[in-house]
Amino acid sequence: MLNILESKRLTREFKSGSKTLTVVDDISFSIETGISCAIVGPSGSGKTTLLGLCAGLDRPTSGTISLNNIPLNPLNEDERASVRNQHVGFVFQTFQLVPTLTALENVMVPLELRGEATKDVRSRAFELLESVGLGDRTHHYPTQLSGGEQQRVAIARAFINEPKILFADEPTGNLDTETGEYIESLIFDLNREQKTTLILVTHDLELASKCDRIIKLKNGRISEDSFVQAETETEINSAFDE
Amino acid sequence: MAAIIVGVAAQVAITSFRASLNHSIESQAKELLGADLEVERNAPFQPELQEVLDSLGGEQSTALAFTSMVYFPKNEATRLSQIRAFEGGFPFYGDLLTNPASAAAEFQQNNTALVDAPIMTQLGIEPGDSIKVGQVTYKIEGAILEIPGQPVAASFFGPRIIIPKENVEETGLLQRGSRLEYIAYLKLDAGTDMQAVEDRLDQLRDDNIRFSFDTVRERKEEVGEAITYLSNFLNLIGFIALLLGGIGVASSIFVYIRQKINTVAVLRCVGVSSQQALSIYLIQATAMGFIGSVIGAAAGSVVQLYLPVLVQDFLPVSIELFISWVSILIGILTGLVISVLFALFPLLAIRKISPLFTLRSVDVNLSGLLENRVKAILGSVLSVFVVGYAWLMLGSFLPALFFALGLLACLLLLTGFAKLIMRFSRKLIKPGLPYEWRQGLSNLYRPNNQTTTLLLTFGLGVTLISSLYLTQDLLLEQIDFSEQENLPNLALYDVQYDQNEGVNEMIVDRGLEIIQNVPIVTMRLQAINGRSTTEIMEDTSRNVRRWALNREYRSTYRDSLVGTETLQEGEWTGSVDNTDEAVPVSIEVDLMEDLNASVGDTLVWDVQGIPIESFIASTRSVDWGQPQPNFFVVFPAGVLEPAPQFFATTINTPNQQASLDLQQEIVQKYPNISALDISQIVQSIREFIDKITFVIQFIGLFSIITGLIVLAGSAATSRFQRMREAVLLRTLGASKKQVIKIQVIEYVLLGVMASITGLILSIGASAIIGYFYFELTFVPNLLIIGVEILILTSLVLIIGLINTWGVHNKPPLEVLRAEAA
Repeated sequence: MLNILESKRLTREFKSGSKTLTVVDDISFSIETGISCAIVGPSGSGKTTLLGLCAGLDRPTSGTISLNNIPLNPLNEDERASVRNQHVGFVFQTFQLVPTLTALENVMVPLELRGEATKDVRSRAFELLESVGLGDRTHHYPTQLSGGEQQRVAIARAFINEPKILFADEPTGNLDTETGEYIESLIFDLNREQKTTLILVTHDLELASKCDRIIKLKNGRISEDSFVQAETETEINSAFDE
Repeated sequence: MAAIIVGVAAQVAITSFRASLNHSIESQAKELLGADLEVERNAPFQPELQEVLDSLGGEQSTALAFTSMVYFPKNEATRLSQIRAFEGGFPFYGDLLTNPASAAAEFQQNNTALVDAPIMTQLGIEPGDSIKVGQVTYKIEGAILEIPGQPVAASFFGPRIIIPKENVEETGLLQRGSRLEYIAYLKLDAGTDMQAVEDRLDQLRDDNIRFSFDTVRERKEEVGEAITYLSNFLNLIGFIALLLGGIGVASSIFVYIRQKINTVAVLRCVGVSSQQALSIYLIQATAMGFIGSVIGAAAGSVVQLYLPVLVQDFLPVSIELFISWVSILIGILTGLVISVLFALFPLLAIRKISPLFTLRSVDVNLSGLLENRVKAILGSVLSVFVVGYAWLMLGSFLPALFFALGLLACLLLLTGFAKLIMRFSRKLIKPGLPYEWRQGLSNLYRPNNQTTTLLLTFGLGVTLISSLYLTQDLLLEQIDFSEQENLPNLALYDVQYDQNEGVNEMIVDRGLEIIQNVPIVTMRLQAINGRSTTEIMEDTSRNVRRWALNREYRSTYRDSLVGTETLQEGEWTGSVDNTDEAVPVSIEVDLMEDLNASVGDTLVWDVQGIPIESFIASTRSVDWGQPQPNFFVVFPAGVLEPAPQFFATTINTPNQQASLDLQQEIVQKYPNISALDISQIVQSIREFIDKITFVIQFIGLFSIITGLIVLAGSAATSRFQRMREAVLLRTLGASKKQVIKIQVIEYVLLGVMASITGLILSIGASAIIGYFYFELTFVPNLLIIGVEILILTSLVLIIGLINTWGVHNKPPLEVLRAEAA
């Protein structure tokens, strides 16, 4: 199976005064196309930084990343943006909707940035919103929607460009259990339907256990990398206890 | 805070400057006139008047003032100039400043001339060169730098030339038809009762001896009044800048408090009372208002130093600047009160922030938290303050009330326009628009947006400055005949009877077109319907205007109406054969009103000693705006031909050079003839109006600066929000160009909307000013409006883009990290 994401000897350091803080420390891994992978670890272990590097939102201090066989290192910001627009979908903990656009317009943004025909984009966005159960909320602004509804809009937006890979950063972190479960199932269902690769950063072990693979981070390094079917929740817990 | 700084600075600058100016006028009072008493008449003084003047004692100096063409042989230039021929020791107070300084004292004994410094510089003339006034060529002794009591602006309408009075007759310019002003300056003995002198002169005038006079007290009052009016006006414009600052303060505190709702809620949770919560932020706002006001007062004191440069030309005194602590104190107090009053609108809402907000984050409408009663009380206090301040500045209540009401009306109108424009532009967000346009447009409605405030502050600034520009343009447009074809652009006056033919030949020989060659006969009104003008003047119940009875009429005779005239009433008579009967004359309609006359009334004219009986046969309306001789009274042909007369001739020259060449030839041969070069006059008026409007615009600019500061403040407050949006779009795949384009569209739209908001009101204001004050139809100058929109929009765009400068080349996460830090 082909790899959708490959990282080699990835390092990200931050300068704080005279000190250098290494948040991601010499990480190499690859993700096969079509699987779901959870990145777990305690706070400050470098999960979100790693996600940012993989998605081309940040530049590594050293090491290389390829996304869908495109090496990201030599690309400038605009070229990276274009790669994201073509191949990547995002779901964030804080939803990140554009406050001045309606639900429907928010969903349309990725395709509109490509300059695609508005009418087709519109009907596709509408279908997606219906599929997440928001067919009757298309003209509402983010402030008029509940947290769960906002996250559903974000999910619809993430899938509109039929991404090869979906990055989700604590997608249920800001939601109550019931809504969170609904959002989880939406993400997994759409992921399966659209054969998208899913990279999920989470604290939620139960959520992580639903993924095909789990990468555990500790102090910026991979402490464990395993396929989840055989594992139990207790075993995953040990990653946090160490 | 910056908005308050600007507002207070404008205030302090103007009030301090006014204090300095009043102080200067007080200390230089006598120099305003250069004498204790100035007496003027447009003919030699009557023996009775001379007798009274002689009886007053002290020292006398006399002068003759007239306008005439002068000729500078060095570079063969001619200029219509204001000539004063002096005799005696004027000025008695203050100094006639010349370069070299000795020239002022020596020109009389050396029989030489003093010439206005600007024209000397302009023509490259130096002391020792010569000037020809009429038939006499004088050596130039020096340049006139300052004449006591005369502002520099006095030379706008022709250079000032001073010559000795002794041989002024020899110039040949004192003949009939020349407008001559006889002036006497008196320095009275110390301790002279000026009131008694005024009473004595008033009594003479009551005895129907015509002349005018001015004393130091009167002149001081006149100048003081003019300055009070001007500074009051500027002060109120400055005050508007301060009020805009107040609105800016309210708006930014609104946004600030909205961001602090959680903090306040937490404080309330841990036991802080609503009053304490309010106090925390009120103290903060008061401190900021105070610091802003103090900085503003300091800045204003500095700006004051620049103001004299702006208005010095219009002032008859030299300004001694000093720091006016009263102005500074008033400025700081006003700034503080305004910032606290405006801040209270959002701050009072803090009391209503419930500790429950910590548990349940809701979208709070701050202004909704404030009860209507509190809003009404605050509004009333603010109104009372505004009216009170205006009252303090204007000195009377009603104008202050009107100012406040006018301002309120303006603000309401602007808010209305702003809301309309916002609603309208929201409708523009159509699915068919390109994405960047829709996003840019939508951004104007982002949560916590300050769009309405910006439209309001900018709009008012634009209204002020733009109304001035448009009105100025309207006025200049009216007098700009020089570019209109077939209209005369050169007028010759005081052409004597025996010179007329020669002059006309000169014009025709040059291939130029004479448009009009009209005879002018001077006369005075002697009686109306059998009552002498003296009798009518004495009648206290008269409803005839004094000037209409007193003035010297310059009338013409002809057999037909001209293009600028329209017959209104009665019948036009072109010529008469029998001069023994009453002559049918035609009177201009406004004069008819001032004379309180009707068609058929009889008028007796004193035509240089000979009474001529006439009756009003017709009335005409006259378009005085055209650059050609127009007349109040027109006689038919066949009556005035034998009377002493002179001519006025209007000519159309193809270009400036042809006009100059002709003027030069005429002045050489007939030095008494005055040439009015219309394009030069238009140029002078333009410069004059430009200077005046610049002063007003300088103050109006404070409002625009306040608007820009409010914008910068609002941009800064929403910076993080904008960054997040930009980063989000970059994350979703937007290119740098797309993000910048969205921002440019947002700011350009904001700029255009603000300009339009202000322009709508200023076009309306200019149209009203044009209609009521100048009786002109206002046609908006699209070029000016276009340029205004362009400049304002560019300013808004620059400020907006500076705000997000440098974020587009960095990776999205780096931007977020830097901003969050």
